[in-house]
Amino acid sequence: MVVKASQDDPEKARRFREAALPYLDDAYTLARYLLRDAADAEDAVQECYLRAFKHFDSYRGPAMKPWLFAILRNVCRAEYARRKTAPTAVEELPEGGDQTPLWNEAPETPERQLLRRFDGDTVRKLVAALAEPFRETFVLREIQNLSYREIADVAAVPVGTVMSRLARARAMLRSAWLAEQEQVK
Amino acid sequence: MNCEEAEVLVHALIDGELDAGHAREVEAHIEGCAHCAALMKEYQEIRQAIAESDVRYKAPLELRRKIEKALPQPQAAPTRRSVLRGFAMGSAVSAMAATGLVAIVLRNDDEQRVENEVVSAHLRSLQAGHLIDVVSTDQHTVKPWFNGKLDVSPPVIDLTAQGFTLIGGRLDYVNAREIGAVVYKRRQHVINLFVAQTANTERKSAKISTLQGFNIRRWSDRGLNYWAVSDLGADELTEFGDKFESAMHANKEG
Repeated sequence: MVVKASQDDPEKARRFREAALPYLDDAYTLARYLLRDAADAEDAVQECYLRAFKHFDSYRGPAMKPWLFAILRNVCRAEYARRKTAPTAVEELPEGGDQTPLWNEAPETPERQLLRRFDGDTVRKLVAALAEPFRETFVLREIQNLSYREIADVAAVPVGTVMSRLARARAMLRSAWLAEQEQVK
Repeated sequence: MNCEEAEVLVHALIDGELDAGHAREVEAHIEGCAHCAALMKEYQEIRQAIAESDVRYKAPLELRRKIEKALPQPQAAPTRRSVLRGFAMGSAVSAMAATGLVAIVLRNDDEQRVENEVVSAHLRSLQAGHLIDVVSTDQHTVKPWFNGKLDVSPPVIDLTAQGFTLIGGRLDYVNAREIGAVVYKRRQHVINLFVAQTANTERKSAKISTLQGFNIRRWSDRGLNYWAVSDLGADELTEFGDKFESAMHANKEG
């Protein structure tokens, strides 16, 4: 559903444009990683901006970027829920998946070979392949440069959870990176 | 501290999120543990690799347009009217006298806002992969590329011989509408030249201003507004503008 913006407040719209539109690429990037689909990401970001505009009167902080992201994340979760009922549901984290021990993904001690550099497309693919909620945490930290506190606020979880998710995410990505490296050898 | 704890905390160390006490503990563990030290090194390398690769996406112009369309449009006129309504309470003469003043104040406001926006657009363009939509050092490739994408075709002039290399063009969004950006480079410095149509055909000579550490050279000529934005010094940006303008004039006369 699309929220209709009210037509009577160009001054509010001007302030909103100035505050929120500079983050359009950031929001779109986050949506692409969360939804892994260009068209869905576009819809989600549009919906996010309209909702944000609607609530802009009550916006008192935090920083604009995490505030937008929190809204965007809710929009994306609604999209997950919709997909779940659709025949081609995306993978969802199994119950308790958050608690899987770290060493499942952290393989044997590295033998100090140099890590290969990949092009942007390959790195995007590796990041996009991470399971949720690790992908979300990882993207907020490494691509959006949010602090742990900000990530905790966006994802509505304690900072400790952010730390453990990030540790898992990096361990998973490292495994995937090494596997990719093996493959292209 | 054992490896299990360190494997979680090492990330907070990498991210600079640990307090001094915990940071020392993790560092002490890593010093004595080859396994964790090697892991940390790898995580840092991956982090570096990601920071240096193009992992971001650029929002499609269509999305920007849709959002802009859904928002109430900026209207300079009503604001001006509502200000004037206040004056109209007084004598007609004072209202007349005030009109000029108000118009000037508002125009400056508008200019300030647009300058803010071109600097934002410049910053956006510097993110990886956002700088140019059409890559070419050939003005005869860049200029036709804009055709059909904008209601005005921005002049594209090769200034390589003058020390400013044309590297391409881009569509951008400024002041709630699409705008052409012609991109130049001098050494490692990017210059975005934003070009927009204006109803006013009067020539306005260049003004240099500084915003958020960027220099802006703004001028108007033959119905077009220009903003050149760069981190180049004001002197070099002035040089760029001067060369561009004289090349424009040579073109028109030739």
